[in-house]
Amino acid sequence: MKRSVRVALAAGIALVAGQIPALAGWEPVRPVEFIVPAGTGGGADQMARTIQGIVTKHNLMKQPLVVINKSGGAGGEGFLDVKASAGNPHKIIITLSNLFTTPLATGIPFNWKDLTPVAMLALDEFVLWVNAEKPYATAKDYIDAVKQAGGTLKMGGTGSKQEDQIITVAMEKATGAKFTYIPYKGGGEVAVQLVGNHIDSTVNNPIEAVAQWRGGKVRPLCVFDDKPMGYDEPITDGKAWKDIPTCKSQGLDIEYLMLRGIFMSPRATKDQIEYYVDLFKKVRETPEWQDFMKTGAFNTTFMTGADYAKWVETEEKRHELLMKEAGFLASN
Amino acid sequence: MEELANLFHGFAVALQPFNIMVMILGIVLGVIIGVLPGLGGANGVAILLPLTFSMPPTSAIIMLSCIYWGALFGGAITSILFNIPGEPWSVATTFDGYPMAQQGKAGEALTAAFTSSFVGALFAVIMITLVAPLVASFALQFGPAEKFAVYFLAFCSFVGLSKEPPFKTVAAMMIGFALAAVGLDSITGQLRLTFGVTELLNGFDFLIAVIGLFGIGEILLTMEEGLSFRGGNAKINLRVVLHTWKEMPAYWLTSLRSCLIGCWMGITPAGATPASFMSYGIAKRLSKRGKKFGHGEIEGVVAPETAAHAAGTAALLPMLSLGVPGSPTAAVLLGGLLIWGLQPGPMLFVEQKEFVWGLIASMYLGNLVGLLVVLTCVPIFAAILRIPFSIIAPLILVLCAIGAYSVHSSTFDVVLMLVFGVLGYLFKKCGYPLAPLVLAIVLGDKAEEAFRQSLLGSQGSLAVFFSNGLVGTIMVLGLIALFWSAIQEGYSRLRAATA
Amino acid sequence: MSSHGGSAGPSHKAVEAGVTLAIALFGIIVIIGSVKAGINWGAEGPRAGFFPFYVGLLIVAASAMNFRNTLREDDGGVFAEWGQLRQVMSVVVPTAIYVGALPFTGIYLASMIFIAWFMRWLGKYGWLTVTAVAIGMPVVTYLIFERWFMVPLPKGPVEEWLGL
Repeated sequence: MKRSVRVALAAGIALVAGQIPALAGWEPVRPVEFIVPAGTGGGADQMARTIQGIVTKHNLMKQPLVVINKSGGAGGEGFLDVKASAGNPHKIIITLSNLFTTPLATGIPFNWKDLTPVAMLALDEFVLWVNAEKPYATAKDYIDAVKQAGGTLKMGGTGSKQEDQIITVAMEKATGAKFTYIPYKGGGEVAVQLVGNHIDSTVNNPIEAVAQWRGGKVRPLCVFDDKPMGYDEPITDGKAWKDIPTCKSQGLDIEYLMLRGIFMSPRATKDQIEYYVDLFKKVRETPEWQDFMKTGAFNTTFMTGADYAKWVETEEKRHELLMKEAGFLASN
Repeated sequence: MEELANLFHGFAVALQPFNIMVMILGIVLGVIIGVLPGLGGANGVAILLPLTFSMPPTSAIIMLSCIYWGALFGGAITSILFNIPGEPWSVATTFDGYPMAQQGKAGEALTAAFTSSFVGALFAVIMITLVAPLVASFALQFGPAEKFAVYFLAFCSFVGLSKEPPFKTVAAMMIGFALAAVGLDSITGQLRLTFGVTELLNGFDFLIAVIGLFGIGEILLTMEEGLSFRGGNAKINLRVVLHTWKEMPAYWLTSLRSCLIGCWMGITPAGATPASFMSYGIAKRLSKRGKKFGHGEIEGVVAPETAAHAAGTAALLPMLSLGVPGSPTAAVLLGGLLIWGLQPGPMLFVEQKEFVWGLIASMYLGNLVGLLVVLTCVPIFAAILRIPFSIIAPLILVLCAIGAYSVHSSTFDVVLMLVFGVLGYLFKKCGYPLAPLVLAIVLGDKAEEAFRQSLLGSQGSLAVFFSNGLVGTIMVLGLIALFWSAIQEGYSRLRAATA
Repeated sequence: MSSHGGSAGPSHKAVEAGVTLAIALFGIIVIIGSVKAGINWGAEGPRAGFFPFYVGLLIVAASAMNFRNTLREDDGGVFAEWGQLRQVMSVVVPTAIYVGALPFTGIYLASMIFIAWFMRWLGKYGWLTVTAVAIGMPVVTYLIFERWFMVPLPKGPVEEWLGL
């Protein structure tokens, strides 16, 4: 602590002497807390820790970046924490779709507008998977089978009233088929349940199911995006992410992408936002980040400022509509 | 025999000087993480994960898995010395470990705990080496119904053990279930029992309850009896290790049983915590000394520690071969694998031979190194009990507060910890058993979730719990465990009648 | 240090009855919360409040039995002597103040004062030992948690001022 006192004193003296150079803009003066509104080991957590590793390895920040999981109440704990830290620029949060779904489904007093948008890092794709032993070769085959089974075929997904279930309900609406939706804790578990034939299909993100695909245990049927994914390196059996057709081309007109974006505490200044935007631009340029994007077959759209806010706003409306139709809104 | 050749190659990888150094560093960090309440293995590994990015993947995973071993070893230390389980799976270790320490046998208890941990882990690693692919396919058979059956068995093998009045046991266990239910209901995605209090979104974390009920509660009880910890006369030399080792072979049967339970729980994956409780419960029923459990029986330390460590180790197998983590810590390690560009899953054993066998070899070596490190420290740990109570007590209280805080970075949890502490004191004085309460907090919501997932899948039919041989067998085992004392009584009556 | 002031104290029966009633009250709260969440068996199996509802009922029922047993078994014993309770309170009250002060003072300052108080008043140690432990422990904690493992702990104005 002594040393820290000395450092602090030195900093103080420097401040008085006006020696803090005319640094362009703002910089963190304390460790920055990087909140993950999800549990350890999940998709958001992996991304946050990868970013932390990249920042450390490439020395992108002078202060440490500290990842903290606040997963209580489907992430509500994390969002409320950042909301309550108005004016504290040393707190950022990575979001997933629970930015919209959690407040809508649970009625906690939170809206994304309570936070300051920083940047969209990437979008996560969703793919319809079935067990490789099953005969379904196309999305249409599978949907026909679901219809025939009359609601007994099981769709496994992560969480309840969240993205996976929203897609499931959208599929039901689009086709008239009925699923039995079974919520699990995490995407990896869902993928293994599919391999073990305890469920019939999933809408896992690529990164959650890629290992099982490579092992020849599961089969992708279609991707919920308007165009096929851009990665043409073969994964298994000569097939690449690029070869998975869009669901739309299979007669299943549903698009869903999940936000992987950064927000910060309310009442942040322009300088502070710019600092983080700049930081994440640097992160995106590193080879580690590009590898990570490739492993997870992410859609690498990057957005900041007004574009980003507008995108989030549109998504919020869409989620509200989707969840209302599905009857997922909190009753109170 | 290809496996053995691969393993020897793995030893060559793990025995590189840099990797050995990394191993020792990992063990030491892990022990520290395990000792500090709140800094669990999962947190510890997650926190240190980014630091390993600049290492080669094999060294990095060796270091992280050694932190994991270290945390498993370390969890037992505070359980035995202060009745504060640093990790969920060390709760069962307190039942006999802490009484032993109070009787001045801290050294023996620690030695027994560490040695059993080693035995459990070794058993699990040998299993991983020899039958990995087989085991992976066994793990795949566990759907929600099978998981519920396992939790059911864990509860059944544990209830009915306490000597406290049955209605108090029921009340305590139900309080645990109620606390476990607070927060988000994972099946419907709605909040329950939070009454609009945002601090309750998290529910009641197991660790906070345990730190309060066991740790703070014990300090209050000690205060009542005057200002001293009993057990300060513990022997503090290394001879105690050899002395304990002489005694341990007598418990081979308990050890073996615990190893099997642990491996099973680790693979399915139910985790180390139910494994330790189940193993303690079953040992208490089946052992000759079972009646004395809870009063400082060395076998009562051997059973949970062996099972917890076997489970913790076996949990890495489904992670590697299926990509599904068997424990929260394994989940974080899994994230690490992905970041290094290694894809866990069926292909890992085929494509990344060097990495997999390097890791397995490091499990053998890491455990051995870990055992040596912690055993040499036994006298130091035992000597902690000689520090006067009025110095150690405030330090423990502060560490407990920090531990409770760091679970969710919330000061509300620290308040909860104190409330649990006072409750622990009152409950203990009024004869309410704490163990069923804790077990219910740990497993309650998981059991409920598995139960409801099963019913979703079966369209509401309860027959799903007897729908195949596997789930049916586990359920029947659970029922036998539940009515064990009745069965035993009937049997002895039958014998008396025929004689 | 054990200042046993006679064998008088609150009766065990009264304390136990109080604890039992408190548990029953907790059970009632659980039941109310469960009813709010929905306790019936919906189309997709039991709803959110189904299990907690029966758990709450069991708590109340078990408490009723416990209460009856408590009233019946009266051995006239005391729960604890007043002197012993005073000892217990001498830990509970300062710890409660410590826990209450944490969010405002930060953990380091509060811990220093708490440790110093405990050692000085209950342990009667010399100021030198007291100061060494009271300052040493938070510093070590700071180094381990914040520097080594990068776990931020609650901080107050003093830490803010030091720029930690």
